[in-house]
Amino acid sequence: MKSKRVLITGLSTYWGGRLAQALEADERIEVLVGVDNEEPSVELERTEYVKVGTQHALLRRVVEAAEIDTIIDTRLVVDSATTSPRKAHENNVIGTMNILAACSGAASPVQKLVFKSSTHFYGSEQDDPAFFVESMGRPHAPKTPIERDIVEAEAALRDFAEKNPLVDCTVLRFANVLGPGVRTSHIALFSHPAVPMILGFDPRYQFVHEDDVVHALEHVVQRELPGVFNVAADGVLALSEVAGLLSKPYAPIIPPWGTGLAAAGLRRVGLEIPPEMLNQLRFGRGVDNRLLKAAGFRYGHTSRETVLVLGEHLRLHPLLRSGGQEPYRYEREVEEFLRWSPHVKGSQTRNTPALTAGQVTALQRLLETRAGGEGEAEEPEPPLENPRPDPDRGPAAHEPEVAEPELEPAPPRAAPVDHYDDLAPEEVISLLDSLEPEDLIALREYERLHAGRSQIVGAIESVLARRGQPHLG
Amino acid sequence: MSESADVADSSRTTLSMRPTESEVQAAAPLPAIRDEELRDYLPGLEPERRLTDWGRSERIEGLLDRALVDFLYKHWFRAEIEGIENVPADGGALLVSNHSGALPPDAAMIGKAIKEEHPRPRPLNITVEHFFKGFPGFSMLIPKIGCVAAHPANVHRLLADEQQLVLVFPEGRKGTEKLYRDRYRLRRFGRGGFVEAAMRARAPIVPVAVVGAEEAAPIFAQMRLLQKVTGLLYFPITPTFPHLGALGMLAYLPAKFKLRFLAPIRFDDPGLHEDKGLVQTVAHDVRARIQEELLDMVGKRRSVWLG
Repeated sequence: MKSKRVLITGLSTYWGGRLAQALEADERIEVLVGVDNEEPSVELERTEYVKVGTQHALLRRVVEAAEIDTIIDTRLVVDSATTSPRKAHENNVIGTMNILAACSGAASPVQKLVFKSSTHFYGSEQDDPAFFVESMGRPHAPKTPIERDIVEAEAALRDFAEKNPLVDCTVLRFANVLGPGVRTSHIALFSHPAVPMILGFDPRYQFVHEDDVVHALEHVVQRELPGVFNVAADGVLALSEVAGLLSKPYAPIIPPWGTGLAAAGLRRVGLEIPPEMLNQLRFGRGVDNRLLKAAGFRYGHTSRETVLVLGEHLRLHPLLRSGGQEPYRYEREVEEFLRWSPHVKGSQTRNTPALTAGQVTALQRLLETRAGGEGEAEEPEPPLENPRPDPDRGPAAHEPEVAEPELEPAPPRAAPVDHYDDLAPEEVISLLDSLEPEDLIALREYERLHAGRSQIVGAIESVLARRGQPHLG
Repeated sequence: MSESADVADSSRTTLSMRPTESEVQAAAPLPAIRDEELRDYLPGLEPERRLTDWGRSERIEGLLDRALVDFLYKHWFRAEIEGIENVPADGGALLVSNHSGALPPDAAMIGKAIKEEHPRPRPLNITVEHFFKGFPGFSMLIPKIGCVAAHPANVHRLLADEQQLVLVFPEGRKGTEKLYRDRYRLRRFGRGGFVEAAMRARAPIVPVAVVGAEEAAPIFAQMRLLQKVTGLLYFPITPTFPHLGALGMLAYLPAKFKLRFLAPIRFDDPGLHEDKGLVQTVAHDVRARIQEELLDMVGKRRSVWLG
């Protein structure tokens, strides 16, 4: 079976968004629908977003109406610091139940289900094996709410898989994820000047890089791999080793006895340690990752490399934050452009501008006449003011005061205005991607002084903002 | 739905490569790939790392060796080794030994003996109680010097997948907490789990008899109340502990150590571990051989201190 009509749950989570972006490039997938209860936070080209409630109660109707054949469930909350226990329970247990209900039944079009779970499923206890294998159950009943949710969700899934043998069910249990783009409790822990540890313990830790998470999900979507797979990079590190790789000292500030109490005290001073992490800080966890490797998956990073990448990011983070740009940040301008422009959701993607020859010549003529009309005033200006496209808000904001005096003689140029105004706003917008930043700035000023169509000005802004991102990101 | 998908497939002749690919994927039954095939996917150790995936540190082990174990082995216990050739030079093997002493020196001496005397020295993984993973301090140190928790899955991975040497003490704490007057009388050998592990991994069992550890760290009494208070496995009264403090545990008496490695017992047929009767028989047999060997060695010994 090949997935053609795919539905991603948890589209606004980091994973849902990244996966949707990755799957958009796959031509074999005809339909890509994403559901969540919040707006997606990443730029998406052909994924259709449907807003649903936390409980995903109406999902069945979406699935049936769109004849979805593959559901990828990325929505599971595996870090209790991200939301309240009640919301997590609602999402993890009730949500999973409804998603399973949406793909069960003889008439259901769903043939494949991919479920993103966590190695928190195994817990972290004193008498654990050093490497959990997929077939091992959990040795002890879960004690923390998030682990209880995960175990319950997986139990529901196992039950579903037994009752629906025709549906190809894949469960991926991911180890602790690290990476520059994702926010987790462990990254928060490693962001402190020293790595907090429980006195007298040096737990074993296994990580997985954020890109490997997306690649693993992608890997199982296009293959028939029913069953459970651990996803954790090669190499199990001791926490002291992690601290060394991050070049931070480790601080055994958490007492080995009365740990829960101490964690509550530390929360007061800004050191958040969720309960499921507390056990991991004591006993650690390692998993066997060979089954997925035997199924053809190759990891891009080892645990050690993953930590090194994070260390690099943590060192750069303060610099990037002051610049106001971070990778994978939600860009409002871009998002708005995507929302209202009629050309975005069409078959043509923005990266391959399908301009008609007429449109190109029209715009070129427009720019030539503009440059000619500007004459001597325009010549020295661009190199002086803006040699390179500058993504910062700063220069863009002070732009008008430099540009406006020069643009005073603009009104006399009647010819380009006439021709330019012949173009509908949508047509102008569709041409923007093929322009140089200098031209875009010029066009923006022109538009402001003349027709002043906010649609076009906004679109130019968002194109400029998007262009600017690679330089800082 | 599946019908319409098939129709769509057949109509796209250009994509004919892909169904065959997925057929191949489906044809390979997943549960069948275990053990032998998966062994190829074991992660190697990155050269930049100082710890293994088990948490073992060659550096700390070496430090301990130079500071203590080497001195104990060569000068304090003057260890005498017999039958080192019975330890296989490659492949997994399970060493089974008697166990004694308040803070047992026998494990370190067996490991050191393999390092010193064997033509192809290999690291020895010592299985210990889960207790150590939960006790602050021990939890940090124990894995670094080559100890792993005595979990069947751990033993299997080491023996079958990583083809390493593993040392078990089937007596467990029943061996280390026994008093001086019970010396060299083997306790029950657990439930034969070690035999099952060796059979499943098809690794040979090498019985080891150790004489001297009982006298090096004799236990005269066990204090149950203090054991409960401290949360330790047991709280022994030895010639030096507790009145000389925690280091009193390490103040061994200079008894002469004798180690005898016995002929390996091999299990080459798969599926032996499913025969519980056979497992018990072999466990009893191993115990009997070690006991016999111990009595022989103690009987021939003229002096506890000079051998």
